[in-house]
Amino acid sequence: MDNAKVVDARNSFCPGPLMELITHMKRAKVGDVLELLSTDQGSATDVPAWIHKAGHEMVSTEQVGRVWHIKVRKLK
Amino acid sequence: MKILVVGGGTGGTIVANNLSRRLAREIRAGKVAITLLSASDRHMYQPGLLYVAFGKMSPDELYRDQASLLEPSIAFHADPVVNFDLDRNRVTTQSGGVHEYDILVIATGSRIVPEEIPGLAEGAEHFFTEEAAVRLHKRLMHFQGGTIALTVSIPHKCPVAPVEAMFLLHDFFKARGIRDKVKLRYLYPVNHVHATANVARWAKPEFDEAGIEYETLFNVKEIDPARKVIHSEEGTEAPYDLLIAIPPHRGMEVIEKNRLGEDGWIPTDRYKLTMDGHENVYVIGDATNIPVSKTGSAAHYEAELVAENIASLVKTGAPGREYDGRVYCFIEAGFDRATYNSFDYMNLPELKPPTKSVHWFKVAYNQMYWTTVRGLL
Repeated sequence: MDNAKVVDARNSFCPGPLMELITHMKRAKVGDVLELLSTDQGSATDVPAWIHKAGHEMVSTEQVGRVWHIKVRKLK
Repeated sequence: MKILVVGGGTGGTIVANNLSRRLAREIRAGKVAITLLSASDRHMYQPGLLYVAFGKMSPDELYRDQASLLEPSIAFHADPVVNFDLDRNRVTTQSGGVHEYDILVIATGSRIVPEEIPGLAEGAEHFFTEEAAVRLHKRLMHFQGGTIALTVSIPHKCPVAPVEAMFLLHDFFKARGIRDKVKLRYLYPVNHVHATANVARWAKPEFDEAGIEYETLFNVKEIDPARKVIHSEEGTEAPYDLLIAIPPHRGMEVIEKNRLGEDGWIPTDRYKLTMDGHENVYVIGDATNIPVSKTGSAAHYEAELVAENIASLVKTGAPGREYDGRVYCFIEAGFDRATYNSFDYMNLPELKPPTKSVHWFKVAYNQMYWTTVRGLL
């Protein structure tokens, strides 16, 4: 888990944190863990919705101050 | 001091012109020299391509000679860079020229890579080159009815263009009198009709009112041009008669070949706009990896900031300010109304209802752009 690649999308409104995450997920290898940093409240629901539909794995979600730390594993 | 700008698009042209004015005295005194290297001797107004696709601009309106846009004190060469030697502060061009610098600004932009999606190049139209925009316009003019689908690949530049295209399609077929024969389907990668929450909140009821159908969480995996079906990463599929695709983008090949950034996006400090690990190298526009939309507007604001900071460095030894993430984008909501999307790192965009006056301002801006790149507006 310590090897998670960080995708820093704090204070990003357009195209926004989920688009940043998808961009990096496309390039990641199966099994890689990415950690999205987001200050967008919508990420707490939008990211799990995409992860579920796309068939990847939610590893953890945590809010530290204003920042969401969302870890996901690429499964396919 | 030698200042070298690589890239003659919106960002590179503005930064060179802006610097040329701010440092006019130093240039006259022989203390500063500005050189601009571009891959082309022509400059294209890229947002105009969407208007070409809908017959609202002709292709020749999109171009000016690059040299005509530049201050006379700028040394300009239409000679693309092939090698960046950042350790020795110099670049090599296609013609074999070597240009040394004290400060480098990289503004090389981005490129479409439709070949990354199987079937996309053969099966889909788009509006990201002159040739493609003209071809799409012809297809739209001859279209007699059926399903037009629009897909969006990630990453892409101009994040509001897909929404604009849907509204323009709606008005285009209304004007042709066959809107009732055309089903418009919008297929979008995330779970709202736009990745920016407030844009989605505004666009969704507008789509509903216009009868534009949408499916979200649809990431294009491949196109089957023979069956005219789009397959998504999520396992769904969608049929079409005419497919318009926003292709995936990458940074320029020269950036990838020189290993300056993964997929051609250069690691850049989001506030200083300097390349990570290289304090004398600035990166602006699409070429950066910062989480800001890849648009001419972002390139414009970044270019002004970088020019101010370089000029300040020359005059005082310190940069003046940091980039605040500012972007301003018009959003066409059809043939005769528009709104806009304005935001920065700290402030969400707040969309206003579309008006005719904003649309006409956008139409005027399509010409005013030429004063923007000259650094006058």
